[in-house]
Amino acid sequence: MHFVSRVRQRLDDTELQRNLQRTRGRNAAARLASLASLDDFDAVRERATEIRASVLRDLDVWLERFEAEATRRGATVLWARDGDEACRLVIDIARRHDVKTVVKAKSMVSEEAGLNAALEAAGIRPVETDLGEYILQINDNEPPSHIIMPVIHKSKEQVSELFARVHGTAAKTDIVELTREAREKLRPEFLGAEMGISGGNFLIAETGSVAIVTNEGNGRMCTTMPRVHVALTGIEKVIPTLDDLATLLRILPRSATGQAISNYVSLLTGPKHEGDADGPEHMYFVLVDGGRADLIGGDFEPMLRCIRCGACMNHCPVYQTIGGHSYGWVYPGPMGSVLTPLYQGLEKAKDLPQAATLCNQCGVVCPVSIPLPDLMRKLREKQVDAGLRPWSERLSMRLWAWVAQRPKLYARGVRFAVRYLRWLADGRDRIQAMGVAPGWTAERDFPAPAAQSFRDQYAARQRRAGR
Amino acid sequence: MIKPPPGSRGEVGLFVTCLVDLMRPSIAFAALKLIEAAGYTPVVPDTQTCCGQPGHNAGDARSARALAQKLIAEFERFPCIVAPSGSCAGMIRAHYPHLFDDDEGWRARAEALAAKTFELTQFLADVAGVTEVPGDFVGAVTYHDSCAGLRELGVKRQPRALLDRMPGVEQRPLNECEECCGFGGLFSVKYPDISGAIAQRKCDNIRASGAGTVALGDLGCMMNIEGRLRRNGDEGTQVIHIAELLAGRLDPD
Repeated sequence: MHFVSRVRQRLDDTELQRNLQRTRGRNAAARLASLASLDDFDAVRERATEIRASVLRDLDVWLERFEAEATRRGATVLWARDGDEACRLVIDIARRHDVKTVVKAKSMVSEEAGLNAALEAAGIRPVETDLGEYILQINDNEPPSHIIMPVIHKSKEQVSELFARVHGTAAKTDIVELTREAREKLRPEFLGAEMGISGGNFLIAETGSVAIVTNEGNGRMCTTMPRVHVALTGIEKVIPTLDDLATLLRILPRSATGQAISNYVSLLTGPKHEGDADGPEHMYFVLVDGGRADLIGGDFEPMLRCIRCGACMNHCPVYQTIGGHSYGWVYPGPMGSVLTPLYQGLEKAKDLPQAATLCNQCGVVCPVSIPLPDLMRKLREKQVDAGLRPWSERLSMRLWAWVAQRPKLYARGVRFAVRYLRWLADGRDRIQAMGVAPGWTAERDFPAPAAQSFRDQYAARQRRAGR
Repeated sequence: MIKPPPGSRGEVGLFVTCLVDLMRPSIAFAALKLIEAAGYTPVVPDTQTCCGQPGHNAGDARSARALAQKLIAEFERFPCIVAPSGSCAGMIRAHYPHLFDDDEGWRARAEALAAKTFELTQFLADVAGVTEVPGDFVGAVTYHDSCAGLRELGVKRQPRALLDRMPGVEQRPLNECEECCGFGGLFSVKYPDISGAIAQRKCDNIRASGAGTVALGDLGCMMNIEGRLRRNGDEGTQVIHIAELLAGRLDPD
């Protein structure tokens, strides 16, 4: 379905709109409140930006260091060129260890790769254990609508109805009870699964560890209880040191949910060692490129700094109006509007870089200073260069600029435009239908211009004053 | 260069903006009056047209650069450039230099211009240090922070401080005053559904403020908000440019 149709559908969905309005601004307000507990937010942001930017300057070096350290500590590091290869690697691991069931903590890269479908096709049962992801999975594998709050588009009533239908239990409306019901369903899965898959918020090069930031504790169970742990994440997630992790952890939960620190921060290093009380027998890293390496050294490298906090979408007027599913792929909001065309192809997401007001709320709140509106502008340039914009738009831009470089001609054009608009207004102070910009008058009136442009009024005034 | 008349604090180049020129000249006349009242001599280069922002935002970098070069050449002789628009002033200040990332000469000229370009209220409050404004409006006013002025130029305190100088004005807070109104230039025409829904929320907030008048610093956002209010049948809420509000009555000549 086309972007515009998806949007129209979402705007007409009164239940979705109600849900979006209910949560709107909540995370933004929490973020703002939590910044008060940082003595110098700007300095931390600057430092976080520099950490991420410096890694990207030498990404290969840090990845090699990470691989060496992780391997030295008993983990196996595997590289996947794209999502398909990542799925194959994960399935190979599962087969090698005779895995029937996989418990999964939240991983957006697994969404990129379509891992659940691939596992199912290979006869391996994936079970999402993040509450939001679990709700989506039992709702016929509905895609997430937000990168950290995947089910933000649903109300508790909708979840209640879903649980009653799928679990065959009496409908509950109390969130605590609903959560308990999910926990009761998930507990045996944690205990029975042979393999756990997690994402990774950061990969720490100096120790070969993966850091996982969660609020539900499911991440810990997925990574320590099953025999095998696979951490699946993008190659750009590496950072040099634990000190860097400390800096980034000051800014990630605050930017995401307004927490000074998330309920759980797990730092996982290698499989269970002798004397350890728990941990997996085997630990794997599957590090996915999926279009990332191509961005290094180019205009879009800053996008790879992204730490997936979701602040950009939490502050985006467009995202909060149309919801995450309108964006059509895994990543919604401003970061998705940049990533989707880059990872999926410019021609597959022609609307995303355009469907933004460039208000720069996203750029201002981004904890790693990604200039998201500038990147969207750059994507628009690429679209023009690739001939992906309608010829009428390109022509009118050229024509506008051509005329605007010729002041005399431009002045005549303005005079004509004033007359034309006033003719359309037909003596009224506004225009309600305008053929040249039907989009405008579909949603609002267009004012009639003054009888004379400024340049003409001003010239007349200057003449009268003898200047 | 013509010397400013004796007693003037200096010349100010007024960039009228293409939208004000075409749609609402009174905003530019209000800006002229305010600049004069602040003791400066406004000059309006008559060859000016557009700053190039439409091209810049539409991915037409060549057009944007061409118009930027034209504007730079027209205005660089002034010690100070003022525009009654956060969006156009933001284009010059925040974006012009990057248009010439691979052209050192033009980049230097763009940077020099950027450093002395101001949005109108920014100029009045921060550069001119204005303590009196001629406007005599009486009533409750709420203020919408247009995106580019707010986030590219840091225009926030200035319009409110200037309104504070008007004894008849009672300022009312606007919920979500920093949120975009949904205009976004061509976005408003390309994605009317989304734009309209965002504008609707802005209008609801404006009405909820209880002020009969909303002031703001960008004509694009004004047209979007006013147009949406009128389409909704709201004929009462006044949408006014901050320049017009501060300047008050304009002499017919």
